[in-house]
Order: sequence, then structure tokens, then C-alpha cells
Amino acid sequence: MRVEFTHVGIALGGARIVDDVTLTVPPGQFLGLVGPNGSGKSTLLRGLYRVLRPATGTVRIDGQDVWRLPPRRVAQHIAVMTQETDTGFDLNVLDVVLLGRLPHQGSFGGHTRHDLTLAAGALGRVGADHLSRRTFSGLSGGEKQRVLLARALVQESQVLVLDEPTNHLDIAFQLELMRMVRGLGLTTLAALHDLNLAASHCDAIAVLHRGRIIAGGTPAEVLTPDLLREVFGVHAHLLSHPDTGKPLIAFSPGHEPVSTPAGRAAARPRSDTQP
Amino acid sequence: MSSVPALPDRRSGRVLAGAQAGLIAAALLVLVLSGATGPADVSLTESVQIVTGHLVPGLPWMSDGSLTPLQDQAVWQFRLPRTLLAGLAGAGLALAGTLMQAVVRNPLAEPYILGVSAGAGLGAVSVITLGSAALAGVTLSTAAFAGALAATAAVYLLARLDGVLAPTRMILAGVALGSLLSAVTSYLTLTTEAQNVFSVLFFLLGSVSAAGMDDLAIPAGALAAVTVFALARARALNALLVGDESATALGLNVSRLRAQLMIAAALLTGAIVSVSGGIGFVGLVVPHTARILVGADHRRMLPIAVLGGAVFLMVCDLLARTVAAPAEIPLGIITAIVGAPFFLWLIRRGHAGRAGMDR
Repeated sequence: MRVEFTHVGIALGGARIVDDVTLTVPPGQFLGLVGPNGSGKSTLLRGLYRVLRPATGTVRIDGQDVWRLPPRRVAQHIAVMTQETDTGFDLNVLDVVLLGRLPHQGSFGGHTRHDLTLAAGALGRVGADHLSRRTFSGLSGGEKQRVLLARALVQESQVLVLDEPTNHLDIAFQLELMRMVRGLGLTTLAALHDLNLAASHCDAIAVLHRGRIIAGGTPAEVLTPDLLREVFGVHAHLLSHPDTGKPLIAFSPGHEPVSTPAGRAAARPRSDTQP
Repeated sequence: MSSVPALPDRRSGRVLAGAQAGLIAAALLVLVLSGATGPADVSLTESVQIVTGHLVPGLPWMSDGSLTPLQDQAVWQFRLPRTLLAGLAGAGLALAGTLMQAVVRNPLAEPYILGVSAGAGLGAVSVITLGSAALAGVTLSTAAFAGALAATAAVYLLARLDGVLAPTRMILAGVALGSLLSAVTSYLTLTTEAQNVFSVLFFLLGSVSAAGMDDLAIPAGALAAVTVFALARARALNALLVGDESATALGLNVSRLRAQLMIAAALLTGAIVSVSGGIGFVGLVVPHTARILVGADHRRMLPIAVLGGAVFLMVCDLLARTVAAPAEIPLGIITAIVGAPFFLWLIRRGHAGRAGMDR
């Protein structure tokens, strides 16, 4: 399934967080969205999964505007691993995972055997099958993220959206998650902070800076020392990974930032993690 | 990797069916017990006979003279309607409480959070103190119902900003409007003649003592409609618990769902409060008790909350008319005296975390 952003602008509380973004993710591509805090990564993704309606432009999946499709239909095609991890009341882990079946279920009736099998399979896949009877809020941050990934998996969508999926994960599961997501072969959009993780796993990378896309292409094309200095305000060397040959970024300590990253200098009223 | 979780799901299904059957049996038992309780002497058997005799035509004991007209009247016209109304009110308030807690995602929410009871109270107290004639002849229940809905509509409009119904703004708007309306109610109460004050208090604390069979239709209809409505949205309610963003990503129109649920809860609460007065505590405590017993999944806890609320308030009404007989105690006093200690015990038990209490 192809995802297309066309001249998308999204404003929050009067401030334009995403500005004139045009971006196409071909079917099956794993795209990494990178950029400093407040650059608009999460906001752009929210425009895709119908949380924030773009003020301008369109977001399409296979040519259909997601904001004109019924919400339920969109949820059948797009699964989201959200950052949100709080529940006011405690559902157990299996209940939370089964919520991923919501777009496919009718109003009444129990979970089908298919639903339960999918849930068990997804929990096994994220290494969380031992957690299925635990209450969700009692889990650690990393365990919650595994469960939220399992919920996205049972949604059986063709597009997968990951908003900083590796935040609380240990290094082993970070790599496992990226490998697993790649293996699914879905059209995937992931907002990522770890540039090396993005460089080693994504097919393509788009760099957001002050709400605009300023670079796009393969990791090797995009992640240059000049760009890292300009966008993130850091000095870095680009090496080649000894095993894979993919770009490997070595950040240099001790240097003063060349220039204050513009994304931070412009006073942003909201960070990209706020709704 | 296989269907391992299917087994616990099925087992909990059996536990749930057992709990539901138990609550239905308890409700029937209280109904019969209530029919046999009071100044006119009626045995348990006679209580059963009178109820079944009215429901099934042609039963022999209705015409063979074994039951006196006084017994028949006491059970069918007084005790049964009030117990049934108590059951409907308990079920309805528990259901409304469940919905409101999910809508605002806050365990402190209850059916009256939207100023519903304050609105109903002001409507009813206006009729009591100013007289029906001064208010174009509207009856007490009509005024209470209108007050409840007007207050809800006001809170809805006050809480809605840019098309978004934010939970916290809803709670705060409801509390503030409730205080305002209660102040007016208190003023009317203080300035009215002393003889009216008793009626005011009885309404504000809730009572089903004056219930007749005719009073049951509207609460029963509202309860049935909202129960079906809520069960059809049980999974959507679960999704609301995990946050607006997740719920949206799962294909729900969150603001519309929240508005629908709020309107349903308000109509149900208004339909009940207008006949039974402001019975407190049920809508707060019964949903939490149900969550602690069977978990927060609405597919499991909704039936338990509805049936449990009915049984709880039927028992409370039985106590309300027996502990100080022949005097009647307002229901709101009994629900608090019976419910609060039970609830305080419950929230300290191990399973209380299921209702989100370990935070």
C-alpha cells in the first residue's frame, strides 16, 4: 500500500508544526523519519492516522484520502504503535492486544478463534507471551512497548506507523524490533531518534527540520556530516559498518555545536510529543 | 504461538456466566423477600403466588379466596413497584456511572458528574417550593427530568471547544455548574416554608417509596435502550480506556463516541432521578466493584455492574423501609451507610488494582 503526503501542512494552536510536506512511501518500503525534537515527526504521522487533520494538502493511501474514508476503514489499513502507555483503568495485556482486532469486529459477540490465535501469535512474536494475564499498567516501559507492538500486529494492516518505537527498549529488543518490522514487508513509517538504527534498518530516510522535509533518500545519501551538523548541531564522522557496509555514524564529543540547531532556536510552543 | 490464551478466556467466560446467574437469582430472591416484608402479613409463598398470579393468567390461588385483597394490594401495588424501581434505578445509575467513568477516563466520575443531579434537584425543588402552578403546571418529575437534561446540555456546551470534548474540562465544568445549581437549590430550600423542607430532603436523598407500576415504564425503557447501546460499544469503551490517540488509531471517532455516551448516560440518569430522586453512591461504587471482581474489560463488567447495581439498591430499599419501621429512611442514606464501609474494605483488597486503584 502506497502512502502519499501532498503539500501537507498541520497547525497546532496557531503554530504551523508541519509545513508543505510532500512525501511518497512506496508499497513495502520502510521509511525512517528523523529530525530534532519539535521538528514535526510525530505531528506528520498523526496526520496520517487521523488524529490531526491537516490544514492544507492531502494524505492518501493507495490514492484514497484518509480523511475522507470512514475511520474504521482507515484502521483496517493502518496500524499504529503509539507512544501512549497510560490507562485509567487496568485492562490485562491480552485485552489490550485484542483491541487491535477492533476495526475488524462487529458490535456484539466474543473474540473469534482467529482473533485469539492472532493475539497469541503476536504476543509470542514480541516475546511477551508470558505477560498475557498481567495488567497492562503494571508492566515496565519496555514491556508496554512490546504489547503495543503486538496490538499493532494483530490489526493485520498493510501500513505500519511507529512513533519512536524504541524509546524504552533494551538494545537487544531495539534490534529485534527493527528486524521484525522489516521482515513484515509492510509499508512502514517510523519516527526514529536513533540515527544509527535508522541508517542500518530503513530503506529510505526523510529528514524533517522545522516542519519541512529538507532531505530524503537512502541512508547513505542523506546522513552526511554536513546535514548532521546543520540539522542536529553535532559533529560526526560517517563510517562504514564492518559487517553490513551500511552507514555508521560516530558522533564526536567535545566540540561546541557549530551553530545552534535552528529547530531549537525558534521558540516552539509545543514539542512533537504533545498532542 | 498456538491459541493458548483461548483457554483462560473461555474459563473466565464460565465464571462470568455463573456470576450473572447468581445476581439474577439474588434479585429474584430480594423481590420475593420484599413482597413478604411489611405491616400487612404476607408469607414468602404468598408473595410468590401474588407475583406469579398477576403475570400468569388463570392460576388457582388468585380466585380461591386464599389471598386477601389487602395482601394482594400490599404486594402488587406497593411493595413490588418500589422494589422494581429500586432495581431499575440501581442498574441504571451503575450503568450511567460505568459510562461516565469511561467517557472522562477518571475513576472519580459518577452519573452526577455532569451536574445532572444538581439540575434535577433544582427542577424538583422549584416545584416543591414555588408550587407546580407557578411553573406552568409541570409536575415534579417533569421538572426534575428537564433540569437534569438542561444541566447536561450546559456542561456539554461549556466543555466543548473547537469540536473536542476534553474529559478534564467536562469534569470541571460539571462540578462548577453543579455548585452553582446547588446554591440556588439551597437558597430555595432555606427560604421556603418549613413543611416543604422534608419533601425537599427526601427528594435530594432519594426514595422509591411512592413508586407505582406506572412509574416503571420510563426508567425501564431508558435502561433497556442504554444497556443495548452500551453493550454494542463495549469494545469501543475498552479502547477509550487506553487513550484517545490509540482509540482513534483503532478506527473510532472519539469525540462523537464520547458525546453519544455522555448523552446516553445523561438521559438514563435523568429518567431515573426524576422518579427516584438523587440516590448517591451507587453510580460510583458499583462499577468499581464490578471491575475489581471481573476486570475492566467492559464486555465482562457491564452486565455485572447492571445486575449488581439492581441487587444492591433493592437490598438497600428493603433496609430503608425495615430498619426504622414504620418510619422510612431515604435511600441515599442507606446506600452510603451500607456501601461506604463495604467499598472501603474492597479497595484495600488485592484485586483493587484491576480498577486502577494501585496508583
